[in-house]
Amino acid sequence: MLQALMPLLVDGLANAALIFFVAVGLSLVFSVLRILNVAHGSFYAIGAYASVSLSLWIVSAGLSPWLTLPALAVSAAIVAAILGPAVERGFLRWTYGRPESLQILVTFALFLIFEDLQKLVFGVQSLYQDAPVQLFGTSEIGGILYLNYQLVLIALAVLVVVALRLLMSYTRFGKLMVAVVADPEVSQALGIDTRRVYMAAFTLGVFLAAFGGALASPTVGVAPGTGPEAIVLAFAVAAIGGLGQIEGAALAALVVGVVRVLAIYFAPEFEAVVPYLVMLAVLLVRPYGLFGSVRVRRI
Amino acid sequence: MTPPILKVENLRIAFGGVAAADGVELEIAAGEFMAIIGPNGAGKTTFLNLCTGYVKPATGSVLFEGRDITGLSPRAITRRGIARAFQIPQLFAGHSLLENVMLALAARHGIRQVLAPLDREAYRVEGRALLELVGLETAAGQPVSELPEGMRKLADIALALALKPRLLLMDEPTSGVSAQEKYALMGTLMQVLKTEGITALFVEHDMEIVRTYAGRVLVWDSGKVLASGAPEAVLADERVIRSVVGAV
Amino acid sequence: MPIVVLAVLAALVALLPAAVPWLRFVFIITIASGFAALGVAVLLRAGLISIGHALFYAVGAYAVAFLMRATGTTDLFLLLAAAVVVSGLAGLVVGAFMVRYRAIFFAMLNLAVSMVVFSLLSKLYGLTGGSDGMRVATPTLVGSALDREAFNAVFLYVVIGLFVAAGILVQLYFRSPMGEALAAVETNEVRLEYLGVSVRGVLLSAYVLSAMLAGLGGAIAGIAIGHVVPEMAYWTESGHFVLVAVLGGIAGPAGPFIGAIFLEVLRTLASGFAAETWNLVVGVALLLVIFFLPEGLYGIGAKLFRRRGAQ
Repeated sequence: MLQALMPLLVDGLANAALIFFVAVGLSLVFSVLRILNVAHGSFYAIGAYASVSLSLWIVSAGLSPWLTLPALAVSAAIVAAILGPAVERGFLRWTYGRPESLQILVTFALFLIFEDLQKLVFGVQSLYQDAPVQLFGTSEIGGILYLNYQLVLIALAVLVVVALRLLMSYTRFGKLMVAVVADPEVSQALGIDTRRVYMAAFTLGVFLAAFGGALASPTVGVAPGTGPEAIVLAFAVAAIGGLGQIEGAALAALVVGVVRVLAIYFAPEFEAVVPYLVMLAVLLVRPYGLFGSVRVRRI
Repeated sequence: MTPPILKVENLRIAFGGVAAADGVELEIAAGEFMAIIGPNGAGKTTFLNLCTGYVKPATGSVLFEGRDITGLSPRAITRRGIARAFQIPQLFAGHSLLENVMLALAARHGIRQVLAPLDREAYRVEGRALLELVGLETAAGQPVSELPEGMRKLADIALALALKPRLLLMDEPTSGVSAQEKYALMGTLMQVLKTEGITALFVEHDMEIVRTYAGRVLVWDSGKVLASGAPEAVLADERVIRSVVGAV
Repeated sequence: MPIVVLAVLAALVALLPAAVPWLRFVFIITIASGFAALGVAVLLRAGLISIGHALFYAVGAYAVAFLMRATGTTDLFLLLAAAVVVSGLAGLVVGAFMVRYRAIFFAMLNLAVSMVVFSLLSKLYGLTGGSDGMRVATPTLVGSALDREAFNAVFLYVVIGLFVAAGILVQLYFRSPMGEALAAVETNEVRLEYLGVSVRGVLLSAYVLSAMLAGLGGAIAGIAIGHVVPEMAYWTESGHFVLVAVLGGIAGPAGPFIGAIFLEVLRTLASGFAAETWNLVVGVALLLVIFFLPEGLYGIGAKLFRRRGAQ
């Protein structure tokens, strides 16, 4: 059984790593801006489109295929640098402090707009460029063949968890974010430029989602429908972990990844349902997620 | 002898290691008008939260009219006959003042109606009478969110009175009310409580109000009852002065 | 006043398709999503946003398909009634869980449950026909079988009648003690509990009502299209219902209906020059409404009316 499960497990964890990138960005943006960004999955899709386009160009231009590796991060950074500030300054800031239903609607409208913009810019056919996967090759462990690229994805996710934790705890920007999360009004009164913190945090969230998409593109490609699928999965994972929790999102992605593998092995028809069932089960017991906490209202 | 309307035994609760109620014992007889005083953070509001089920005690029990209500929800406790007015007025911001009161009346008469309107003759009449009682009849049609703080406090009390409770708990009814209106408010309130036969307990910071209106005073400090008795005696107590007056 | 607006609209809708027969189908589908949006609008009263009401839309539609297949029932009114009952029961079960949550969590949990149902509908091929969906035959009307054309002609008026009736009932409900308490949930839950009112009871009854409305909409859509598919439960469909509700404004039951018509007109216009960018047009329209007409289209209409009345 282990023989059969191991490849599935690596596959599941690699998948979990990708979802984690989207979920942790969503979670981060929610905790700082207090907005649940429905358009967050679109950044994942756009990141994937950007990286595939860049890779395809690199290969067709006859440049070294090794350039496709930095292209993954570079394309995500470009997407974040352009869309992050534009969306936050252009749309989201008008909704701060407004009802949640309105914030969700604004981001839903952005989601709809992004969906069609993707089709206009990148077309409706699915795109695929697997040079990075080819470059890493495979390795054989215990008679089983693994894609090294998937192992790299898992390692990268772990790295990002650590990096985000260090960022939050030890850097000036991280501490500013923590302060704004704790109390935006007091932070502002203390002279913190909350506008810049909001913009930077949102851009970081966009980068994480776009990076996830970029990393996913060499294995599964990208096509219309990628965004809507990514956002609901990210919602589920972020909610399981507790909104605003970095380690929570990582643990949730792990749990979802593993349970999904078990589902594929024992009851394949339920595979797609797993993230939501885990979410319902967790929220039934802990309404604010594994790591989330309740704020009691003072009366 | 009639049993006390409210009896509290060995009530304990702590938040982050700080005791807000530390073995509180208390009895209130029907018809009393009792004030709770004490420094900020002494646990006075927590005591009201404990009595009405918003916070569950770690140990101890609360008996209302001889029946145990410990651990019941605020809704269940309200339905038994305890109403509450809040330090920060708790109103329905989207509704007018009269609609707020009519909602409270509907809550008492039966909220489970889905086709008959809330805005009906019977509720309007009763609601206006209630608003007249607290001196708010001229503001009946105004959205509560536009009322000044003093009027919001009165509205909050009116919602509690609409329930026709047997016990009313009020958290600083005169805070936010202007100095000259405080006495008018308390006078009216005393009148209503007396005619309706409502026992009341109120947290208060204004010692003159306490001296003038309270039948009994309870001094609260660090989760404990420091002293209890007639206002003149208690307010002259050396320890009380140090605890309360010194801190205010 | 809202009832007058509703009546005028109903009359317009009733006369137009008589003149232009191909509009019948479009109007039926428009009203179907109007029903679902009305369901969403009920919950918006309490400040709760559900991105999962396509679930009940699909439940209503599949209820019709299953009932036809399992029992051979073809009577229109029986099918619609069954769909309302089944989606109401589904609303009771799901709602009992949902009313414990607020804000983002309410929105997301509705989304999650609808996605579970979407996945099951697509995967359980033997039961639901998988992603191919299920066929729905043309129902009979009080015992008489009609062809598609004739059926749609009658069906449209049935649907309009149902919508007007539902609109009036929802309007009465909004003004009733339970309906006002529903609005009070948004502004002060704590006080509501301190009045002895069960907030969860108020929310659960609203949730069941909203599920029944969405289910009826789904049943109507399923019958009109003659086919039900899992995509009816997909979350973007839920998003569209919210959008229709907000576009129209949630001030009264006519709002979602106006939103649905507006969207349909927009779709028809857009199909001429921007069929590929339909979502883009809707997204922009939604942003414009949110930032410039915060009360929705209905709110603007109501304001104009009031001003004219005042002069």
